[in-house]
Amino acid sequence: MSCLAGSVLLLRRIDRQRTGATLEEVLYISSPKLLKHLSLGYDGLLADIYWTRAVQYFGDKLDKGAEHYDLLGPLLEITTTLDPHLLVAYEYGTNFLAANGGQPRRAIQLSEFGIRNNPNEWRLYYGLGFVYYLDLKEYGNAADAFLRGSRLPDAHPFLKVLAAQMAERGGDIQTARMLWATTYQTTKDRDIRGNAAAHLRALQVDDDVTSLEKLVSHYRDKTGHLPQTFSDLEAANLLRGTPVDPLGHTYKLMPDGRVEVRVPDDLPFIQKGTPPGYIPPKPKFKPED
Amino acid sequence: MSARILHIASNTFREAVRDRVLYNLIAFALLMSGAAILVGQISIGIERLVVINLGLTAVSLFGVVIAIFIGIGLVSKEIDKRTLYTVLSRPVQRWEFIIGKFFGLAGTLVVNTFFMALGVFAALLYVSQHFHAADGWVLVALYFIILQFLIITALALLFSSFSSPLLSAVFAFALFVIGTFAEDLRGFAGMTHGITRWLATGAAYLVPNLSALNVISSVAHEQPVPGQLILSNTAYALVYASMALCGAVLIFEHRNLK
Repeated sequence: MSCLAGSVLLLRRIDRQRTGATLEEVLYISSPKLLKHLSLGYDGLLADIYWTRAVQYFGDKLDKGAEHYDLLGPLLEITTTLDPHLLVAYEYGTNFLAANGGQPRRAIQLSEFGIRNNPNEWRLYYGLGFVYYLDLKEYGNAADAFLRGSRLPDAHPFLKVLAAQMAERGGDIQTARMLWATTYQTTKDRDIRGNAAAHLRALQVDDDVTSLEKLVSHYRDKTGHLPQTFSDLEAANLLRGTPVDPLGHTYKLMPDGRVEVRVPDDLPFIQKGTPPGYIPPKPKFKPED
Repeated sequence: MSARILHIASNTFREAVRDRVLYNLIAFALLMSGAAILVGQISIGIERLVVINLGLTAVSLFGVVIAIFIGIGLVSKEIDKRTLYTVLSRPVQRWEFIIGKFFGLAGTLVVNTFFMALGVFAALLYVSQHFHAADGWVLVALYFIILQFLIITALALLFSSFSSPLLSAVFAFALFVIGTFAEDLRGFAGMTHGITRWLATGAAYLVPNLSALNVISSVAHEQPVPGQLILSNTAYALVYASMALCGAVLIFEHRNLK
């Protein structure tokens, strides 16, 4: 027992001396096909191991606020070659690659590979359209992806609506809200759900701030000066009550007429309502969402 | 089955149990419970897949290791301990001895697989909270794994009937590995020409085709296994195991035991 305790202590000491060595960014075997052969037919288990490794790698990088996710693409490629029917790897993998990994084109490749191997899974078309819409702003391609998915027998009815919306007016806030609401309703994963909820809150804030600043502008046109507080807008019958953000905090009316949120760090992804020069922290989703 | 074969089989089973072969179930139970509890915390969306993939892979690998390492000693151990002479001095034919040994080890593996299957289903119930209709396909995958054991056990016996335990283990394990590539081998054979093609095709058909017996990934994704495949695999495994057993019997019949 004392030898075992001694070896544990020594190993911990060695780990401290070789910082990061155990999480070194190395793929000892980078060929998915070779790995498939080496698995001796137990490729399903190996795919699960590589998927877990991809999740751990992504989570670790995200936690450290990394800007590069070099190993993420190869890990996902290995995972999906070992098990082309592992749907979670496509559903979340495209999200990881596009949203945080900064590799939307690779996310598209992953999605298309998934669709080729699982042509009847509408979620994969949804994920593909999502990347085209959100990360590449290619609304025509997004509409095409949603349309392809909507033709499947068990497709979510929203896909048809999304395809039409996308073709008609790609980048508007209603379309974005519809996309995130669909994600929120259809995902089973609490992190993805938390992400969708955070985006929906951010869209709500952007909408609120735009409307409130319009009211402020209207007030200035009417009275010739800016309102001091929201009570001035209430007194002018432009507003009912003090407006609050989706987390229940009241909005702040700034002396220059801008509207700001009280705690911008609690509202990741917001485009409006932040102080000048504000640098947002890495998004952290609320697990209770 | 004759009473003599049954006696040899039950003795082989008892001996395996006495040799603490079933202790591997403890390692298996720890593996399954650890996977069921931990995987949800370190990965996303694959709890059920991991339980099936890990469970069935472990059932298969544990069983193959047992089949090889017990199988290779079935004959040589009896010779070393000189108990074989006692057995054969009674009215027991050599072929009955080999067949009895085969059924004894196969029985051990079936019992082992049964308890492991209980572990897999318990872990499945833990992660899914209830069983799905598609979980029934896991039983088919387990059945195919047992068919795989029959082939490996017969091969281990075949090698142990003429070779040393170490070499028998090497041969049996090599055939297990090559067997997982059997379909690739036939593909390679198809690409060659002339006499090479005949030789390669012959070799490809001679090694056991274990890849068709592995449906772990499919059942993990709730994909059904065609009834025709179940029948074909059953027939193939029985024919191949019989062929290997016939070889073992033939060699053992002519072996000079003096």
